[in-house]
Amino acid sequence: MLRFLLAKLAVLVPTFFGITIVAFGFVRVLPGDPVLLMAGERGLSPERYQQLLHQLGFDRPLWEQYLGYLAGLFQGDLGTSLVTKKPVLTEFMALFPATVELGLCAMLLATIVGIPLGVFAAIRRGSWFDQVSMGTALVGYSMPIFWWGLLLIILFSGILQWTPVSGRISLLYFFPPVTGFMLIDSLLSGQSGAFASAVSHLILPTIVLATIPMAVIARQSRSAMLEVLSEDYVRTARAKGMSPWRVVNVHALRNALIPVITTIGLQVGVVLAGAILTETIFSWPGIGKWMVDSIFRRDYPVVQGGLLLIAAVVMIVNLLVDLLYGLINPRIRHK
Amino acid sequence: MSEVTEIEPQNAGAGRAAAFAEFWFYFRENRGALIGLVVFAVLVVLAVAAPIIAPHDPTQQYRDALLTPPFWEEGGSTSFLLGTDAVGRDILSRLIYGAQQSLFIGVVVVTIALVGGIVIGLVAGFFGGWVDTVIMRVMDVILAFPSLLLALVLVAILGPGLTNAMIAIALVLQPHFARLTRAAVMSERNREYVMAARVAGAGKLRLMFRTILPNCLAPLIVQGTLSFSNAVLDAAALGFLGMGAQPPTPEWGTMLAEAREFILRAWWVVTFPGLAILITVLAINLVGDGLRDALDPRLKRS
Repeated sequence: MLRFLLAKLAVLVPTFFGITIVAFGFVRVLPGDPVLLMAGERGLSPERYQQLLHQLGFDRPLWEQYLGYLAGLFQGDLGTSLVTKKPVLTEFMALFPATVELGLCAMLLATIVGIPLGVFAAIRRGSWFDQVSMGTALVGYSMPIFWWGLLLIILFSGILQWTPVSGRISLLYFFPPVTGFMLIDSLLSGQSGAFASAVSHLILPTIVLATIPMAVIARQSRSAMLEVLSEDYVRTARAKGMSPWRVVNVHALRNALIPVITTIGLQVGVVLAGAILTETIFSWPGIGKWMVDSIFRRDYPVVQGGLLLIAAVVMIVNLLVDLLYGLINPRIRHK
Repeated sequence: MSEVTEIEPQNAGAGRAAAFAEFWFYFRENRGALIGLVVFAVLVVLAVAAPIIAPHDPTQQYRDALLTPPFWEEGGSTSFLLGTDAVGRDILSRLIYGAQQSLFIGVVVVTIALVGGIVIGLVAGFFGGWVDTVIMRVMDVILAFPSLLLALVLVAILGPGLTNAMIAIALVLQPHFARLTRAAVMSERNREYVMAARVAGAGKLRLMFRTILPNCLAPLIVQGTLSFSNAVLDAAALGFLGMGAQPPTPEWGTMLAEAREFILRAWWVVTFPGLAILITVLAINLVGDGLRDALDPRLKRS
């Protein structure tokens, strides 16, 4: 297992440095003077310009700048937002829980709906259930989720007035963030109605963000299950006279779920990309909306830092999924 | 569809027709794929014939007909079948011209990503060693970023617009082709027919492009259709975020962005562009599924 871990890390470390180069290079390939860009929109006196040039380190050779950037990174310094003047890392940490909460709920929904859907479709291959559920999955997989979100707003917020249009919780409730997760914080606050309000705000964004992962998981579960069901050991189990239910539960399901776990892991990148759109539509104060807003405000240190942090999150989650995969599937570990 | 025949080893001139016949036999079994193909063909016709079919100019503003509902709704008119948007442009005409944009985006993005990915993957797989390691690490770095985020940031660098959006999306989709090509090349590289060609004195370029590549095409074709639908979706998403095609271009994502503030007042300005995106992407994905099943020999047995 240790060897497996080391092999994974050996690939990860250069990738991480590659990501830092992309984030570092981002500001330098922007058209225009980096100092003027980093200093914001207001004009600069020539003296102030020279001072900033030196302070930001743009007068030094490129490799020296990069090393300086790396040194800052390892001390947790990702630069300062031009708009709020707060450190990028602080802002990220404040907004990240909102995205994690939304992302986790979406993944949970996608998994608990997607896996049973795919498994039953495989067991009843060719039935109307198979055709309808896989047809639905293909529609979900093809869905422009920014439009899907707008449709749900029209229906549930506009016509039915069941859910609010935007935000994480009604303005009526205020309590200091403890965990950063609104569902937990609203319960901790003890205010009646706060939890219900948080849930009603969360429900539509969760559905929107879960749509594509759910479709992918359902399709993957179905094909993994079909593959396992055609294996010899399943036929043997059937031939022994085992009940179909037991064959599926004991023999087939566990092996079928192994590739599904990888699929679920791969959806993390999909969810983060989807969060950009979902959070924009629902004004959800997470890192997806933060990135889009920062791009429009030309807040380049935030874009630079956010890019790096998001890629790092994807990388770490993928590593964890790989390790989990190795843990449950010895064949991979010993390859 | 003619490129499909090349999966079979070349030099089998007569074999190509047979290979296509076999492919078609399996493809037409799949009803969904056929429907997808028909819908896609209709979209192509709409796009090509847009100036003839579209009832109005897509940028013409009818100031006396702002936010007209579709003809079956109260207040609708048959001169604007699907209604008009906030500045009085005919939605149906904009949707028809939008098909041009989306198909153009798909073709350009897939072409760039496919050609780039094939060349990079061939070089990595054929040469191996440090060339392979360096190339694949660079691909890993690109894949480490969520695709839409990277495309968004690239467009922020290059400047908003359709051309830059297409470049950004192609760059983000390209590693998938590179990886697939590399994997296929590595499994083909030491086969006997490649050895034979090498012994016969074929040069490196000939080995790469004439001998090995045609035998790696099946997964690339499937990935190509997948990327086509991804490109349409991502370009629409960038347009929706204001970073893709700029108004007044009749691009479906951009139309949705312009319609956002009217969602509770005029459902049609939001519903139809999104429906157009969904139908297009769905049709391409149906074809993609059909191609995968028809080209994947493992599934043919069952």
